[in-house]
Amino acid sequence: MLPLIRAVIGRDLRLAMRRQADIVAAVFFFIIVVSLFPLGVGPEPDQLRKLAPGVLWVAALLATMLSLPRLFADDHRDGTLEQLALAPQPLGLIVLGKVIAHWLVAGLPLVLLAPILGIQFDLTDDALAVLTLSLLIGTPALSGIGAIGAALTLGVRGGGVLLSLLVLPLYIPVLIFGAGAVDATVTGLGAQAHLSLLGALALGGVFFAPWPTAAALRVALE
Amino acid sequence: MLEASNLECVRGERRLFVGVSFQLAGGEMLYLQGRNGSGKTSLLRMLCGLTPAASGEIRWRGKPIARLGDDFRSELCYLGHHNAIKEELTPLENILSAARLAEEPLDEDAALDALELVGLRGREDLACRYLSQGQKRRAALARLVHEKRALWVLDEPYVALDKAATELVAGLVGAHLQRGGLAVLTTHQTVAIPAGAVRELSLSADAATQHRP
Repeated sequence: MLPLIRAVIGRDLRLAMRRQADIVAAVFFFIIVVSLFPLGVGPEPDQLRKLAPGVLWVAALLATMLSLPRLFADDHRDGTLEQLALAPQPLGLIVLGKVIAHWLVAGLPLVLLAPILGIQFDLTDDALAVLTLSLLIGTPALSGIGAIGAALTLGVRGGGVLLSLLVLPLYIPVLIFGAGAVDATVTGLGAQAHLSLLGALALGGVFFAPWPTAAALRVALE
Repeated sequence: MLEASNLECVRGERRLFVGVSFQLAGGEMLYLQGRNGSGKTSLLRMLCGLTPAASGEIRWRGKPIARLGDDFRSELCYLGHHNAIKEELTPLENILSAARLAEEPLDEDAALDALELVGLRGREDLACRYLSQGQKRRAALARLVHEKRALWVLDEPYVALDKAATELVAGLVGAHLQRGGLAVLTTHQTVAIPAGAVRELSLSADAATQHRP
């Protein structure tokens, strides 16, 4: 079981490294969107501090969305997905490996950049730490939930738009608890409750989402 | 070992074929014929369990493949229209990663041997995107060299191959049949398989007929 997941992750990471333009595009999108807000809103620190969690989290959702359509599309086009579906191992495990690889490529860079980008919003050290932690816990959920949408829209013409319509509403709880955690720290309530709920969403997203995703992939392959 | 009874295929509103039945024992090959659009690929995908049959049943070692699931898939090797080759990876990486995903240990020497046999030695470190169509197909077929699974389902294996490679593939299929394996393949080229018994099945719109040579 573990060697299989490791093999899938290794393969997807290697493919991502050979095609860095995709990763760079999503990361730059995140950086630019987040950096435009302080320029557009104006330099009042109070206002920026209030905006920061929402802006960073919305930018993270959209940046994740950018890389989702290709999660299965390339494998589908060149026939690799058929081979994966015909492997004797459960397809759900293979999907789990792909979700983890997607997070490493599309989610982790956002987490690492967040503390640097957060400085533009005059966030305190505490708030920056919680923001980074909330992204670290929450972004795996985005990859997991997004995989269901990517599988459902596989092979559909204009699937990108449909994917956004399908997945963004499902991201709302992650957004609320992720951004809420930072707000709660700033107002002095403590972020533990928000982070716990975020953790529950992430576990659900990563460990349950692969199975409906696998079912959707089998339908797409018919 | 492989048994299909009364298969029916419906794609959209069209019924492609109905009443397809055949039996295949170890060491036998089924040679599937039919004009374009007669449902050859659909039948192969049915045999793999990728597409469900509209009616009828497919049995492997006496049990329906839908119920066997992973046990059936662990004995199946499918080569479809698409090469299942990653353009960004080299032929060597492609073979090794395919073997790792199938959880079939294949060491680098064996993989290099396979590439040597299909004539890709010297190009094993070149990304597949730079290979020609025929070379990509050869890279895909290199999987068959060390393939020990019992049932091979090959969709147009000779497409884009030159004469030497075509004979090589025919030889691989022949050796597989000699080991007691089964093969189902479609092709528009007539290529003699050096060993094993060959059955023919031709698909037509109203009924499929099986010839026994």
